[in-house]
Amino acid sequence: MKRAFPILAVLTGVLLSYALHQALVTAPTEQTMGDVQRIFYYHVPSAWTAFILFFVNFFASIAYLIWRANKADIVALVTAEVGVVFCTVVLVTGPIWARPVWGIWWTWDLRLTLTLVLWLIYVSYLVLRRFSSSGQTPLLAAVLAVFGALDVPLVYFSIWFFRTQHPQPVIGGGGSLDPRMLHALLINWLAFSCFAALVCWSRYRLEVLRRDVDETLALEALLEPRSSQTGISPTGRAG
Amino acid sequence: MSTVASLTRATLAKDLRLEWRSKDAINSMLFFSLLVVVIFSFSFDPTAEESRQIAGGLVWVAFLFAAVVALNQTWAREMRNQVLDAYRVSPAPPNALFLAKVIGNFIFVTVLQALMTPLFIVFYNLRALGPAYQLPIVAALGTWALVVNGTFFAAMSLRTRSREIMLPLLLFPISIPALLAMVEATGAILTGEFSARFWIVLLAAYDVVFTIASLFLFAFVLQAE
Repeated sequence: MKRAFPILAVLTGVLLSYALHQALVTAPTEQTMGDVQRIFYYHVPSAWTAFILFFVNFFASIAYLIWRANKADIVALVTAEVGVVFCTVVLVTGPIWARPVWGIWWTWDLRLTLTLVLWLIYVSYLVLRRFSSSGQTPLLAAVLAVFGALDVPLVYFSIWFFRTQHPQPVIGGGGSLDPRMLHALLINWLAFSCFAALVCWSRYRLEVLRRDVDETLALEALLEPRSSQTGISPTGRAG
Repeated sequence: MSTVASLTRATLAKDLRLEWRSKDAINSMLFFSLLVVVIFSFSFDPTAEESRQIAGGLVWVAFLFAAVVALNQTWAREMRNQVLDAYRVSPAPPNALFLAKVIGNFIFVTVLQALMTPLFIVFYNLRALGPAYQLPIVAALGTWALVVNGTFFAAMSLRTRSREIMLPLLLFPISIPALLAMVEATGAILTGEFSARFWIVLLAAYDVVFTIASLFLFAFVLQAE
């Protein structure tokens, strides 16, 4: 397993550079929008990646509620963190594209609002994890993740009632896309997914190590005789 | 089933009696929403026509903030003398406690709304141009949506540091569809320009989904140690 990590890292690096070339050079310039359309190759793959990560978070949370496995909790934490980052990328690149094309930075349209609400829910999820006292964090976070997932369809229907301004989804929406553009998009998505997996993986290992250290420290504090705690500790006021 | 019903009734009666004698929650909610009304009317200074457009938002923002004040006090009472711990070790079903708290908060917020509505009408010159009989339905469904999630998240934030801050941070993002529905439905009824039916159905769906979810998950939150 450990050997797979550098392989994935190299693969991600190669894919990201290839995807960059595809998006900026190979893909044809869009007729009406011009070069600003190229942000599409970052905006859409980030959105897909973020949604996949939130999906994984939901299932990991359910798994934690059922089996109380620590691994499931770490997966949930990691995917939420990385998902929020990708979701932020979506929310930042969207307005950059929308300003020249729509003439406005932001509109309360279906997909925009849904993404924003999703982002808000997961930020509150991370805040909860940050603020709750350690022992109960995984359980409370898992419960909140379930609530957030239940909320998504309701948000969808509530905003669907307003008219939507966002361009229809290009894949499966009946829109026509130049095959070279589609290629660049899918390559970028693959690269971003690999990148997300890589970040999640290293964050996962970090979290495992952090919990090990916490556990060891707690154990040491229990085992150490009381007298040594009152003495000068090596990291304390020595010298 | 009967144990759930009788436990719910007992806890609810206790909470109502406590509230009746202290009037802590209702007084702080009333004063708070009064302040919100006054500050809003200073900052917008609306005419009757405008106020009809924005009143839905104003009313519900005021009630939302006021409800948070009450919700934060819900469980604080049970923390004193370790009542909640005692409840946890007792064989009583957790949902009975939860339901009692939700119904209690529902009653408090409804009383607040009944007292505040005349003030809103006076300050903002409101008159419903649409079907006014729908307003109580929207109020009841909306209040239930706020308190069922609010009570649940208040119980969750008991287990966190700085719990008073935590509750709105958890409650507001999840409540966005419900808030949107309340505000839009109220606006629709006040202006009479379009039907509020879709929003009422959405609110009802929200209530059903989150009531069931809370009843399923409350045991986890109560037992969290």
